Amino acid sequence: MTATQSPSEPVRPHSRPPRGVIERTLADITHTLEQSLFAEEIARRQGLLQSLDPRVKVVSIILLLIAVSLSRSLVVIVGLYLVALVLAWLSSVPMGFFVKRVWLFMPFFTGIIAIPAFFLTPGPVLVQLPWGWVITRTGAMTALFLLLRVSTSVSLTVLLVLTTPWNSVLKALGVLRVPDVFVLILGMTFRYIYLLLHTTNDMLLSRKSRIVGQLNGTDERRLIAASAGTLLSKSLHLSGEVYLAMQSRGFRDYPRTMDTFKMRARDWLWGAAMLLIAVFAIWQGQ
Amino acid sequence: MLASPAFVPPAAPQYMHIPDGYLSPITCLIMFLVMLPFWYFGVRKLRQTMNARNVPLIALVAAFSFVIMMFNVPLPGGTTGHAVGGALAAIILGPEVASIAISIALVIQAFLFGDGGILAIGANCFNMAVVLPYVSYGIYRAIGGKSDVKSAQRVVGAVLGGYIGLTVASFFAAVEFGIQPALFHTADGTPLYAPYPLSVSIPAMVIPHMLVASIVEAVATALVVVYLQRANQPMLEIVEKPEVVGAVSGFRRLRVLWIGLAVLIIAAPLGLLAPGTAWGEWGAEELTNLGLGSVPKGLEQLSGIWGAPMPDYDIPALGNAQLAYVLSAVLGIVIIAIVSWLFTLLLTSGKVTARSQS
Repeated sequence: MTATQSPSEPVRPHSRPPRGVIERTLADITHTLEQSLFAEEIARRQGLLQSLDPRVKVVSIILLLIAVSLSRSLVVIVGLYLVALVLAWLSSVPMGFFVKRVWLFMPFFTGIIAIPAFFLTPGPVLVQLPWGWVITRTGAMTALFLLLRVSTSVSLTVLLVLTTPWNSVLKALGVLRVPDVFVLILGMTFRYIYLLLHTTNDMLLSRKSRIVGQLNGTDERRLIAASAGTLLSKSLHLSGEVYLAMQSRGFRDYPRTMDTFKMRARDWLWGAAMLLIAVFAIWQGQ
Repeated sequence: MLASPAFVPPAAPQYMHIPDGYLSPITCLIMFLVMLPFWYFGVRKLRQTMNARNVPLIALVAAFSFVIMMFNVPLPGGTTGHAVGGALAAIILGPEVASIAISIALVIQAFLFGDGGILAIGANCFNMAVVLPYVSYGIYRAIGGKSDVKSAQRVVGAVLGGYIGLTVASFFAAVEFGIQPALFHTADGTPLYAPYPLSVSIPAMVIPHMLVASIVEAVATALVVVYLQRANQPMLEIVEKPEVVGAVSGFRRLRVLWIGLAVLIIAAPLGLLAPGTAWGEWGAEELTNLGLGSVPKGLEQLSGIWGAPMPDYDIPALGNAQLAYVLSAVLGIVIIAIVSWLFTLLLTSGKVTARSQS
């Protein structure tokens, strides 16, 4: 509550000052860091997916994604969503989180796109609503296809993200014929994302600690531009230093990765099982 | 289009990140194949011009592209939005470096943060890592190219580059969505993927982008360029002085050509106004009507051999001849440009190596 308010005015429940761009950006950065800490924590738990070779895992998740994508039957897509749920349960992913994560956001994002399709797609009438609104059979099918396909795909991707430490995902990408240079750059990028997030966090926090009151729009824009510009020059400067550091440690043009993965019987078994499920789903889905 | 966030902050810019489920696997595959030459020749070009230095440079620029998406950009009027940052990266480092770096950032978002589809990586990279940086950079150079580093022309170039770049990128995303119902549906016509035809998807994607996201991109790009003009001018000259970082672009020499091409695309619908058929391009039917009375036998046999993928430049399922006409022009030019670009790269790659070694 501000001092200028007269005492007769009712106290508003939300009397916090509005969040400025610094606070919002800081919140976004913190959220990203939090999420990836959470993913790392789950990746360290004991569970089915955590125990598998990451190469098999990446390939089998992609197979399942292709099966979801190719399916022309809603039942098959629902079946694959159930597979994702079972996998999540076996991999000690918190089920509430896993389900909510997908279905709470779905109405806001894909829902905005899918829901008009119920009414807008021409076709035989399924439900007659008041005021002349009609849900067509074609419309309902289309919207369900989109919603289920997107949510099942997102669930499968989240499973991969949650149960695999990032360095394993990167190494596994090598199996998908992603060139070594790319994998090296991906790894470095991932590492420096955190450095730059922390740098930005520090820049904004230090600025925030020196602000009394609220910034106006012009100042906020100037501040954000200066931070972004500074971050860019810091990144480029750092890239030069990293290059020198890499050279002084013997880096010559090509990275050599140490492949420490070993396929065990259960990895082959798992890969075969997932291939079977995917092939069955693709066959059933036609 | 709005994506389903798995791991990104709810406020991050997701309109452009296509999740899996919107595009058919065939479209995903084609977009992926379209990206392969961009990645392959992009990396090769960087290797030739920048040697091993490119590894940490690309990594840092990719990390920057990721982090810049977290920034809340305040617009005049009080709303805030997130910029993609692709225009800025292209202006500072040239479209080749930006393209590879943004692709890397997108792969990381898909595989490690669950933002944007894994199968849709090709499509996402094409929209955000090819269309956005190349268009933005082209416009920035066309307007601010030879001007002084501190000139206002460069700021205007940055504004228009960011604005048009993201708008065109959203147009391409809309086209990818819009062709789905016509091409992929069940026997009774139920669309299997994104449900709306081009006549809906294009305005639904492009107009909101023009009203918010593109403005954010334009404001963010221009503000940073203004800041760098004041605080760090050498950063704005990296592309012009390739010895600093090493990006080379052939855009300047071809500027007239590109502008001419743009005029031609815009003028393409004029073709619809012209009656009749181009002289000498008669089909078998028209020959009969022209007074020949009969069609030469050989021609009759030959005319069945080649069925064009887009007969009469129409995409029948679209239901809108004008739109289909312009689209087929754009698609054709894109395909031709990619093919000729590949040829140019193949032919000139030897020279570039020679120059970078001297």
